[in-house]
Amino acid sequence: MVCIEARGLRKAFGTTVALDGIDLRVEEGRILGLIGPNGAGKTTALNAILGLTPYQGELRVLGRDPWSQREQVMCDVSFMADVAVLPRWIRVSQVLEYVAGVHPRFDRAKAEGFLAKTTIKRDSKVRELSKGMVTQLHLALVMAIDARLLVLDEPTLGLEILYRKQFYDSLLNDYYDRSRTIVVTTHQVDEIQDVLTDLMFIDRGRVVFSCNMEEFESRYVEVMVNPERVSAARALKPMHERQMLGRSIFLFSGVDRQQLAALGDTRTPSIADLFVAVLGNTPGSPAGPAQGAAR
Amino acid sequence: MNTQANAMNGTPLESQRVAPAVLSATQPFYWSVRRELWENRAIYLAPLAAAGVFLVGFLISSIHLASRMRAALALDAMHQREKIAQPYDYAAGMVMLASLLVGLYYCIEALQSERRDRSILFWKSLPVSDRTTVLAKATVPLVIVPLLGWAITTVTQFVMLIVNSAALAGSGLSVATLWTQLSPFQMSLLLLYHLVTVHALWQAPIYGWLLMVSAWARRAAFLWATVPLLAIGIAEKMAFGTSYFGGMIGNRFAGGPEAMPMSDSFPTNPAMHLTPGHFLTSAGLWLGLAVTAAFLFAAVRLRRHRGPL
Repeated sequence: MVCIEARGLRKAFGTTVALDGIDLRVEEGRILGLIGPNGAGKTTALNAILGLTPYQGELRVLGRDPWSQREQVMCDVSFMADVAVLPRWIRVSQVLEYVAGVHPRFDRAKAEGFLAKTTIKRDSKVRELSKGMVTQLHLALVMAIDARLLVLDEPTLGLEILYRKQFYDSLLNDYYDRSRTIVVTTHQVDEIQDVLTDLMFIDRGRVVFSCNMEEFESRYVEVMVNPERVSAARALKPMHERQMLGRSIFLFSGVDRQQLAALGDTRTPSIADLFVAVLGNTPGSPAGPAQGAAR
Repeated sequence: MNTQANAMNGTPLESQRVAPAVLSATQPFYWSVRRELWENRAIYLAPLAAAGVFLVGFLISSIHLASRMRAALALDAMHQREKIAQPYDYAAGMVMLASLLVGLYYCIEALQSERRDRSILFWKSLPVSDRTTVLAKATVPLVIVPLLGWAITTVTQFVMLIVNSAALAGSGLSVATLWTQLSPFQMSLLLLYHLVTVHALWQAPIYGWLLMVSAWARRAAFLWATVPLLAIGIAEKMAFGTSYFGGMIGNRFAGGPEAMPMSDSFPTNPAMHLTPGHFLTSAGLWLGLAVTAAFLFAAVRLRRHRGPL
């Protein structure tokens, strides 16, 4: 079943075009990574999916129009923006009570179970918790909602590395079950490489690249080419070339692996490498975040 | 709270086959109001504090009660009642003032602070509609605050009455005069009537306006709520030399036809002639309620389109 389907999704703020005709189809059970530089339109796309902003074009989330049927859609959709959105004045016990009160698919016992594994006290206020603990709390709430779609917008922004690891581990172990769908945007692309089933790059309101991770692994190869083979490598039309420690690293798309193995050491590129290759080729694109995330 | 829903949750795969979750109409509203009281404890703390402070002052002053009673008894019936009821009226007035300030402050913050601290993203991640949220917020100044003010005042006045009676009995004066003159039960009902008609129904457009501005303004909601009104009033004065607009606003705050039917007498005086029929058929009431509805409708629309600041 299709979870999200968009055709010609457009959104403009005045003269600034945030989404410039996005086509998107996410099947149920997929984990899609939406990657793009700042201001590429990722958050606008998520806002449209969550019914937070009106849009032009066609968009269906679980078969419904998220703008006109937001309450119904939000029964089956969970959403987590970066850590700072839980109200700071609320107590842990109150937020549990409140979500249990308003959400027909919230399992309070389950949330209590997740919280029992943390050091979060029931009578603490959110303002008294550390950033990592707030994320744990929010994650416990979200995972206890029996939703069909989970949307994560930069969920690990500003978190310590331990919490970041833990975040995706618990998501995969305690939540994901192949029937739920997850859409995630992040700048920390490397930590979701093994989590994703699908990948999409957005730049200036357009989808500039999309593939699933099996394709990604079979199609893209990075080769650290020995100096004497550089011209032979260039003859195979690499997508991208960069220098590291005096050696050339080439990124190839759809070239036979054995042929490439003769040029040097081959490996599967990281998402960040591919991101730089794809967006670096568009003139004038800063591709900043990917470079930040790349080693 | 939602045991039925919880009972349905088996394994995730199983529950996918369960019929779509039924959206209850009242649950989200009830919890939305409760969450307002969690967040804004001033809603009940401020009137309680006002009543508390007043009671302390009252207890101290009751040392001179016997002599004041004697002075009051010398007056004619009408003035006697006024003299005896005065501290009770002050108590009600203090709580009313605290309630008014709390209501105004609450409304101006209600739909802006959730955008300022970005928590609106959390509230909107739950299946609660903008209409439910705005109506829950409007319920606070229009229902919760008046009823709370009434309950607090009634309890305060009852405590005062007990203290007074004890003091009078101790000094050998008649307790009966006090009770007959005050008629506490009637006083309490009159207060409830006053709070509902004046503080909730008549002043509703004030709260509606503030809620709408709170949903609209990006910053300085208080200035946006007041300066344009002042500007209109001044412009009218300069252009036509009249002050209908200012008079209209003033009339809303003053409380309209039901607030002060008898000049210089407190609205809980049993001698007051209530005119509920006249009030309920007055154009001002219904016009005000229609304007309130329009403001709230606009607030719902605004909240729907607004994200975090």
